Amino acid sequence: MASSHRISRRDFVKAVTATLSGVMGIAMGIPIISYLIDPALNVQSSEAWIPLGPLDGYPIGTPTAFSFTRSNINGWEKTVNSYGGFILRKSESESDILALSNRCTHLSCSVNWNEEREEYVCPCHDAQFDIEGEVNAGPPPHALDHFETKVEEGTLSVKFPAVLAHEG
Amino acid sequence: MMKNIYAWLDERLGFDDMYKMLLDRPEPHGNWWNTLGSASLFLFIMQGVTGIFLTVYYAPTPDHAYDSIQYIMNDVAFGWLIRGMHHWGASLMVFVVFIHMLRTFFSASYKYPRELTWMVGSVLFLLTLGMGFTGYLLPFNQRAYWATVVATNIGGVVPGIGPFILRALRGGTDVSALTLSRFFSAHIWMLPAALAGLIGLHLYLIMRHGESAYPDQDD
Ligand code: HEM
Ligand code: FES
Repeated sequence: MASSHRISRRDFVKAVTATLSGVMGIAMGIPIISYLIDPALNVQSSEAWIPLGPLDGYPIGTPTAFSFTRSNINGWEKTVNSYGGFILRKSESESDILALSNRCTHLSCSVNWNEEREEYVCPCHDAQFDIEGEVNAGPPPHALDHFETKVEEGTLSVKFPAVLAHEG
Repeated sequence: MMKNIYAWLDERLGFDDMYKMLLDRPEPHGNWWNTLGSASLFLFIMQGVTGIFLTVYYAPTPDHAYDSIQYIMNDVAFGWLIRGMHHWGASLMVFVVFIHMLRTFFSASYKYPRELTWMVGSVLFLLTLGMGFTGYLLPFNQRAYWATVVATNIGGVVPGIGPFILRALRGGTDVSALTLSRFFSAHIWMLPAALAGLIGLHLYLIMRHGESAYPDQDD
């Protein structure tokens, strides 16, 4: 080619094609990568304070049952799980509260408070736990789990998830 | 170094020859209408790529199809873009393939020796419509459901074997979970595989015969 400033029609078409392909590749590449990794970036924290109503509603000295549900959303699938336990107020003090989980540490059945025997009893394999959640008898490997508690403006809340007994 | 690697590979694979054959073919003087086949090919590839990415989140069951698409549209980053491209690209592809067919008809490109190119093309057109038909059910909303009820009923009025065709299309007497999963299978495996194979044949025939030339004053 005589003049170096002139570009042949062929080379022009090639350059335009290459540029457009590059632009399209980048314009689509970034959205596609974000699309693929999106679920990995949205980690939902499951920790939450669950309000259980006014503290006055819970008598002193007797374990009183509570329950709540938590829903878990994974994409288009929503699962709802229920949890429960017992609130034991040992004294008037707002910090003197024990919130035990009712989930048996053997195979996860729900334990019940037995008023006469002063024990938590598991219906599945007859485990017995004392009022503090320690194992009295039966197959469970360790004490009942408990929830952290707090009282704000007279309302009692527990912190989800429960503190596992064998993890301190 | 790179040159040597390229030369080594080229000697065995024949990049240069391939390039000449695929992209550097001599072409008669054409016009923009001659680009529509390539536009159809581009749209086919685009539908393939966006479709593959949609299957990452789409679930082909009556319980989850609708919700999984809501999730793609509202929650996944750029899900609206991928679905939007696939959605609008589908209509565009039917349109572009049809105009491509019209152009080869009006330029009489279906004549000897390109009859087979035309015949393969006709099947490609039907397969493209089949993609639209099967894809339409996948969102499994009211419109998709009733459109499929009506369209499969059309198959049902064929004399004699109509009721059988209806049941074969639906996978039973009703539009159900079976209909959704067989339409999904057709939409992502059977029809695309048939399209890809026949597009290969179509392109081979085009390379073999070259693009037809528009007649000039001497003809
Ligand atoms: C998925 C659909 C299709 C794809 C990807 C496709 C692709 C192509 C390409 C890339 C070309 C060469 C460029 C051009 O002439 O535009 C071509 C040519 C041709 N196509 Fe198609 N095509 C499709 C559907 C059809 C249909 C539906 C027909 C007609 C029934 C058809 C008939 C032809 C004919 C006869 C030629 C030769 C044109 C000539 O030599 O001038 N094609 N096709
Ligand atoms: S589950 Fe409670 S004792 Fe087995």
